This record gives sequence, C-alpha cells and structure tokens, in this order.
Amino acid sequence: MKVILLFVILTPLIGFLINGIFGRWTKPFAGVIAAAALGISFILGLFPIISVLHGHVVEYTYFTWMPFKEVVIPFGLRVDYVSAVMLFVVTFVSWMIHIYSNGYMAGDKGYARYFSYLNMFVTAMLILVLGNNYLLMFVGWEGVGLASYLLIGFWYEKSTASDAGEKAFVVNRIGDAGFIIGILYMVYYFGSVTYSNVFPRAEHVLGYGSTAATIIGIALFVGAVGKSAQFPLYIWLTDAMEGPTPVSSLIHAATMVTAGVYMVARSNAIYSLSPIAQEIVATIGAFTAFYAATMALTHKDIKRILAYSTLSQLGYMFIGVGIGAYWTGLFHLMTHAFFKGLLFLAAGAVMHSMRGLLSIDLMGGLKKYMPQTAAVMVIASLAISGIPPFAGFFSKDAILASALEMGHPIIWIVGEITAFMTAFYMFRMVFNVFYGEEKVESLYHDLHTHEAPAVMTIPMWVLAILSIIGGWVGIKSGGHIPFEWFVAHTAPTTEVAHEAHYSEALLMGISVTMGLSGILAAWLIYIKKIITAEKIANMFKPIYTLLANTYYADEFVYCCIVKPFWWLSTNFLWKIVDVIIIDKGMVDGAGWIAGRVGKGFRLFQTGFANNYAYWMSLGIILLSSWYLFVKII
Amino acid sequence: MDINQLHFPILSVVTFLPLVGAFVVALINEEHENLIRYVTFGFLVLDFIISLPLFFYFDPTTYHMQFVERVPWIKSLGFQYYVGVDGISLFLVLLTTFLTPLAQLSTWKAIDKKVKLFNITVLLMQTGMLGVFISLDMFLFYVFWEVQLIPMYMMIGIWGGPNRVFATMKFFLYTFAGSVLMMVAIMALYFLNHKFTGTYTSDMVKLMQSPLPYHLQLWLFLAFFIAFAIKVPMWPFHTWLPWAHVEAPTAGSVLLAGILLKMGTYGFLRFNLPMFPDMTHAFAMLIIIMAIIGIFYGAFVAMVQPDIKKLVAYSSVSHLGYSMLGMFALTQVGMEGSIMQMINHGISTGALFLLVGIVYERRHTRLISEYGGLASLTPAYATFFMIFTLSSIAVPGTNGFVGEFMVLLGAFLDKHIWGVLVAFGGIFSATYMLTMYKRVFFNKVTNPKNLGLPDMNIREWIYLLPLLVFVFWIGIYPNTFLSKMRVSVEHLLKQVNRTTVVAPAKNEQVSMTKTVVVKKG
Repeated sequence: MKVILLFVILTPLIGFLINGIFGRWTKPFAGVIAAAALGISFILGLFPIISVLHGHVVEYTYFTWMPFKEVVIPFGLRVDYVSAVMLFVVTFVSWMIHIYSNGYMAGDKGYARYFSYLNMFVTAMLILVLGNNYLLMFVGWEGVGLASYLLIGFWYEKSTASDAGEKAFVVNRIGDAGFIIGILYMVYYFGSVTYSNVFPRAEHVLGYGSTAATIIGIALFVGAVGKSAQFPLYIWLTDAMEGPTPVSSLIHAATMVTAGVYMVARSNAIYSLSPIAQEIVATIGAFTAFYAATMALTHKDIKRILAYSTLSQLGYMFIGVGIGAYWTGLFHLMTHAFFKGLLFLAAGAVMHSMRGLLSIDLMGGLKKYMPQTAAVMVIASLAISGIPPFAGFFSKDAILASALEMGHPIIWIVGEITAFMTAFYMFRMVFNVFYGEEKVESLYHDLHTHEAPAVMTIPMWVLAILSIIGGWVGIKSGGHIPFEWFVAHTAPTTEVAHEAHYSEALLMGISVTMGLSGILAAWLIYIKKIITAEKIANMFKPIYTLLANTYYADEFVYCCIVKPFWWLSTNFLWKIVDVIIIDKGMVDGAGWIAGRVGKGFRLFQTGFANNYAYWMSLGIILLSSWYLFVKII
Repeated sequence: MDINQLHFPILSVVTFLPLVGAFVVALINEEHENLIRYVTFGFLVLDFIISLPLFFYFDPTTYHMQFVERVPWIKSLGFQYYVGVDGISLFLVLLTTFLTPLAQLSTWKAIDKKVKLFNITVLLMQTGMLGVFISLDMFLFYVFWEVQLIPMYMMIGIWGGPNRVFATMKFFLYTFAGSVLMMVAIMALYFLNHKFTGTYTSDMVKLMQSPLPYHLQLWLFLAFFIAFAIKVPMWPFHTWLPWAHVEAPTAGSVLLAGILLKMGTYGFLRFNLPMFPDMTHAFAMLIIIMAIIGIFYGAFVAMVQPDIKKLVAYSSVSHLGYSMLGMFALTQVGMEGSIMQMINHGISTGALFLLVGIVYERRHTRLISEYGGLASLTPAYATFFMIFTLSSIAVPGTNGFVGEFMVLLGAFLDKHIWGVLVAFGGIFSATYMLTMYKRVFFNKVTNPKNLGLPDMNIREWIYLLPLLVFVFWIGIYPNTFLSKMRVSVEHLLKQVNRTTVVAPAKNEQVSMTKTVVVKKG
C-alpha cells in the first residue's frame, strides 16, 4: 500500500516528465500518455479509498523533508475520510478532462506542452490533497498555482493570456502569504505541522475561543481566499478564463479552486475552536456567493458567466465549512466538481465548434446542431440550480439547511436569494445558446457547427451521469446521511449550543421553489419574451452598468493600487531615493567630500621652502603657546 | 582542537591549485586562445574534483575545524598559516569550486580580447575567494580578502561594459573603504586581545573566546559591520552593486553575486557574531530592520528596472536581506536558513546571470523592451529561465523555498512581526520576476532583430544543467546540506548566547526547543 499510494502521485509526475522533456518526440501520443497516467493514478487511488471505506486511515512517511531543530517536516501521505473524497474527485474528474482534452486540443502546436502541464497540475493537486502536513499542502498549493499560471498563459502569444497568468500568480501569492503565516504560528504553538500531531492536541494547546486559534484560522483562510477566489481576492479568476477551456474546467472549477474549502475542512479541529474565524469564513462565503451571482446576471461571455458562477458556488462551500458543517462544504465541492466541470466541458464543446466564439448574443438554437452538448448542459444547469433529483440539489440544500439550523438565518436568506439568481443566470445562458432562434443568420452554416467528437462527448456524459446521481449519497438512509457519516470521521460537525429545528420538507420546498422560479423567470424573459432583457436593463440602468462592468473592481485595483505603486517605485524609490539620495548623495557625496578635503590640503603643498617654513613656525608658535598656557594655568 | 581526517593538506591544494594553473596559463602563448580556455577549465574542474573529499569526509558531528593545516607564519607576532573549514564555510568553499568552472565555461565565446589575461584573472580570483573561506588566521583572512579585490577590479575594468571605469572604481573604493576599517579593527582586536589575555594571537578560533568589554566590542563590531555590510551588500550600502553588475562581464557577475557577496555574510558569521556577542544582541534588531527594508526595497526597485541585469542585481539586495534576517534572528533554523540562502542565491542568481549572458552574447542588449516572445523562438532557453525564475521566487520544490521558509521561520520564532511582515515579500518577488519573464518571453515577437535567435548550444546546456540539479536537490532533500551545518551552527549560537536555558518539549515526532536568552551583566 505504501508504494501504491506513492505511485498515485508519481504516475502523473512521470507523465509530466515524459511529455515535458521528450515532448518533441512524444507529441503525437502526448494526450494518450497523459490520460493513461491519470487512469492509472485513479485506479491506484482506489486502493487507499477502499481501505478508508473499511475504516482504516492510510498514512505513510517516506522521508524527512526538512529536519530542523525547531520542527521536523516529513514527506508523508495520508488518506483519511476527508482526503479520500478529494482523492476520488480529483483523480476521476482529472481523468475525464484529460480524455476530453485529447479531442479539444488536437492540432494545437503546444500539444505535448499542454499535457505535461496538465499532468504537473494533477501531481501538485494530489500533493496538496494527500500530504500529511501543512507544509506539503503548501507545496501542492503553490504547485497548482504554478500549473495554473502556466496553463492560463498557455497561449502566451496572446498578451491577455500572459497578463492573466501573471495576475493569477501574484494575487495567489497574497493569499499564500497568509497561509505561510498560519503555518508559522502553527510551528510556534505546536512545534509541528503534521495533521496527526496538530489536530488531536489542538483543543489542549490552543483552547476554545482563544486568540491563537483565531489567528491561525484567519491566516489560513487568507490563503483560502486567494486560492478559492473569494472576495476580495477573486479578481484573478475571471481573467483565468484566457486559458484553454478544459483547463478552466479542471483547475478553475472542479479542483484547484476548491482547495481552500478542502483546507478549511481539513483544519476543522482549529476552526471549531474559533467561532470568530468560522463567522468570518461563512460571512465571506455568503457575501461572495451573492456578489458573484449578481455579476453573472449580466455577462455575455459563456466562460465568464461560468467563472462568476464558480465564485458564487465556492461561496456556498465556504458557508458550509464556515458554519462548521464541514461535510456539507465537501459535499457541495464534490457535486460542484461534477456539474461545473461538465458545464465548462460543454461550453468548451460549443466553443470548439464555434471557432472560439463565446458571446451568447451570437448564438441561439444551437440544440439542433449539438444535441448531446445541449442535453448535458441542461442536466448540469438543473444540477447547479438545485432541482431534485440532480446532485446540486442535495448539497446546496444541505448547506442552507445547516446554516439555518446552526443559527445563521441571514446567511440562509442570502443563500436562498442567490439560489434564485443562480437558476436564472444559468438558464439565461442555456436558453440563449441552445434554444430560441438563431440570432445570426447562417453563422452555424459558415462555421460548420457540428457535434463534438466522441472523445469529448463520452467524458461529458460520464460527468452528466454523476451530476445526476452524485448527490444521492446525501439522501438520508437508515437514520443518517451516508456522506455526513463518512466525512464526520475526520471532520465532525461543530457542536452548536442551540440547534434549531425546522421541517426538512419545508426547507427543501423553499429551495426548490427558488430554483424553479429562477428558471421560470429566465424562460419568461428569454423564450416567451414577455419583457425583453434590454427593457429590464434600461429600467435599472445604474445597477446594470455597475454589474456589466463587474463593479469596476479591476479598474479600481489598477488605478488605486497597481499604478500608484508602480509610479512610486519608479519615480520615488528608484530615481530619487536610490539614485539621487543614496548613490549620488551619500556614496558619491562621501567621495566628493574626501576629494574636496584633499584639494584643500593640497594648497599647503606649494613646493616653496619659505611657505613651509612659514607654516612650521606658525606650528611652533601655536604648540609652544598652548604648552605655556597649560603650564601657567 | 585541530582535525585533519585526511592527513593531507587538501585545503591548501584546493586553494593554490588555481594559482598553479595561473602560472601554467601564463606560459602558454597568447595566440592559443582555445588552449588557454581548455587548460583553465581543466584546472578549475580538477580543483572541483579535488574539493569533493571535503564533502564526503566532513564529520558532521563536531563543530571543530576540520582539514586543518597550521604552519607558523610570522612567529614573533603570532601570525600563522592556519586554515580549516567547519559546517559554515564548507559549503561556501564547495560553492566556489563548483561555480567558477561553470562561470569560466560561459566566457568561451563572450570574452574574445585579452583571453589569456582574463583566464589568469579568473584563476587568481578563485584562489583569493577560497582563501577567504578557509582562513582561520585573521591576518591571513585579510590578505585573501584584499587579494581577491584586484582580479574583480580588473575583470570589470577591462572586460566590462561602456561605463566600466566608473563602475569598477566605485566598486573598488567602496569595498576598500570597508576593508580599511576592517584592517583597523583587526589590528585593534589583535592588541586588545593581548591586553586582556596576555597573548598575541591572530587565531580566529581563539579570538572567538576573547573576553572583550562592552564598549570595546561596540567599536570593533561597528568597523566589521560596515566592512561586511558593504560587501553583502545590505541596504543602504548597496548602490555599488547595480553599477558593478551592469558593467561586469557575465562571468564577473556570476562570481560577484555567487561568491563575492557571500564573503560579506560569511564575515558576519566568523567575526561579528562569535567575537562580539553582546553587540550582536544589541544590534540584532537594527540589522534585522535594515534587512527587512532591503528585502522590500530591493524588490520594489527591481520591479521597475528596464535592464534585466540591473533587475537581477536589485533582486540580490532583496535575497541577501533574507540571509541577513535569518542570521540576526539568532535562532537555529534561521541561521541555517541564512547559510542555505547564501548557497541558493549563488545557484539561482548565478544561473540567472548566466542566462542573461546567453542572450546578451547574441543580441548585445539587456533591455527588457528589446525582447518579447522569446518562448516561441528559443523554447529550451525559456524553460531554463523559467525554472531558475521559480527558484528565485521560492516556489516549493526548488531550493529557494527551503531557504526562504527557514529564514521566515527563524525570524518568526525570534519576533512574530518579522515573520509576518516578510511573508508578504513573496508577492513582490513574484511580481518583478514574472513581469520581466512575461515581457521577455511571452507575447508576440515584436522586434525583428530577435527572429532567428538561436536556442542554447551544448556548451550552454553543460553549464546550466549542474545548477538545475541543485535547484531540485536542495528543494527536495535539503538534509544533505543541513545535516552538515547543524552542529557548527549550534556551536555558533552557543557562542552568541552566553547563557541559554534549553527547555525541550518532546512529543512523538518532533521536538520544539525554545531558547531563552539571558543576558549577562
């Protein structure tokens, strides 16, 4: 088992090295190699998962990575009830997307490079998930960030792509700083960063409600905010859509961006000690869920609609882990990986056959040309809208019900309103793209629009099936919810003093109503056209403008942070402080003074004997008078 | 206690073999340029091979000096030819023997005038640099310290860029000003030690135990501090560095950044910390603040540089800030991290200078704006550049991360605020390096002069691959290096902390030791 577990990580790493180093020669089969590596990794990963299902947590240490006097950091892997879920989701969804990429990226000149990056991403993601300590998680954390940087900027000749890659990396680094600070505090308090060492002692060492627990919790959460693109560090995610669409699906929807949720769930022992940190997590989550959903309402670009939707759904997950119902966050993480991964793949299929067109204004009636893509898109949209029996219904409902029960009614209300908006913007997209009339005459004919090849549709259908049945592990059976029971082994729900009880049927009813009315509203506006979208936009002109410009957040960051900072660095720090004050002023100035003093003394060296005699006699007079003066007095 | 487990004067051989090489090269006719290059390279590689036993036979369980040789030099004054290495200097010696052949290899095409003189300069410099790291007699140390200034002065002054004369004068005078102060301090130390102990000695190991009163420590500490702070260079003594780097030929920059700057940090570890422990504690906070300013200042200024080499030069100010921070945090992990950062900086910044040299050789410009889209023209070059960029910005898995994390942890355990502040440094290092990378390698090729730019040739692969190995070796298994420096660093900290109370809190896997410092007096 020890070797098997190691090879779960090593197989994609080997794939990365093969395609990365010998890419020139492996190019024709790069996709096959990469997908095969993932397939093997997935199958090998099943062994530890089965072991966990039998109640045996798997943990092995391979070597000591950093043996310091103050803390010893091992390289070890751990599969417990939380990481087992992640391991399954990551390897499986990655595998599907690798297969899909074989079709999507066919003919690209960076074919081998693409697959090597993709395998590298999975390696890093698996280190993040399976590492048995926080520093290894951080290795994976920055590793996926690097893979994301490389893949966003994959088409590096486009300046928008290379800018977006850099932006993603730098913004993530802000979060990473928080993460590292959390690790530093952990070393300080625990003398260890290994999960099996930290968590059992957490309550004893930190104490319930202690400042220490709050500091660690918040610091780690800053990391999560960066990686999982929560407010205010979300600004990189929409730009990240510059990358190839399967990348958006894998990294910026299904796996990497959920790492923050995983981290909070992983650190449940610490968060459960700090109600303040929990409140912050849940509040930021709820706010982002709502805030991002509003921006998704007005966007015309399919991928960006999905990106904002991802932000919003990640917000839901943070509500789940923030209120302390860790299993709900993980549950939504899993179902979201299925349906959001699928949504992006379907969007990719559309893009693929539309030669890169993304605007929903140009499409319409696409169902006729791409029936399979349309079908999976509808399935996934129903899932995200929370319509039973699709997967998203169970997970979203679990989060919102827990929020209400554990005493967060405001978060519940925000969540329900967001659920309405979610259903609305998703079906706005579905109706605009696949239904109705063709908006541009003979566009599809000119582009030879056609259904995606089987290598792309099969993975989509697999994910579509999971988007339907993936939530059923959340159905109560035999007195408990199987998924909750499973996750609670590692991440037990925080105990709340006064748990409120509401009728489950009523809560479900409200959720479903919200979803259905969102769909209905979209149907009335975009299919029935009882009122046109333009009219509504004109009615709420200022709000619409604000939303359409995504609250001017990018402009704000550029004008108020990036530009002044750059200006100050150039014109003040470099040109004034460094060049003029320190270098010219202090350094050359010291040299100049030395030169001047030397010049002054040079005046004495005239070469005339009588001058020297003059100075000498003056010296004698001064010395002797000083001597006499001292002697006399 | 002197140890020489090899019963062979290995350090002298390693140090003076390049000098022999210089004589051999001097005998070769100037016209045989390639022969000169081969012979020089041969000597440098041989030197590296001979230095390897230092690594394999090094005893990590003792802090005593090893491979020691001790011969009386000027008996009446107590001067000795006394050399040896411990866990602190070992890797600096190895870094020198490792980096110089690679740097020399990069000059085979770049240096085409006065080839013979250049190669002799390189060999002389090698002897000078090694001498600094192995000397245990402070007068011997001073001799080598001054000796290696001259080849560097020549290297910038003769083979440098258009402003080479100004740059090299600035470099020389500035560092020499520091050296003079150091000379005064060395002599003062020599006589004061006699005053308090009754013996004249320049034995550095003995002087580390010299009982100097507080007020005398102050002046000596300051003199050494200025000398070494200029060499490191610490903010605000850094302004000679961009000048020197921009004007120096590639090999000069590599050796300057890779090794010469380490002489400054090494000097702190050999003189300031063990000899003036009270002053070390008194000045620690000030130096840490300077180091932190350097970290951010270097990054901010690097960010807006139009010249790649200048950018890397300012990034050195930032990186060496980490090294100084780790050192003066006075914690075990911080001190080890500081030494790690010295090695890392030698590897990654050395490699970056080599990489800049590669395009400079082809295009004769280092302005970022002259490039763009190189990734599509020279993929191998872009890949190497990316990996060393990542190493420079401390991405986990590379050497940079290990060093930076150690420094951060060490600083944090000293005072939380240091660690918390510097944790944000990573944002800016990523900004300046990736912005530069983007502008040079990404986007479309806009400058027609870059079309047809050849990718790396075999010689360039040869001198970059060894550096690449160490990027990942240190990143993945740093214990190879850490285990050898541990005991020496522990001993150094013991010297710095006169009275320490050790309270270990053991648990199943780790031990956390808090060191409480009780000041004497």
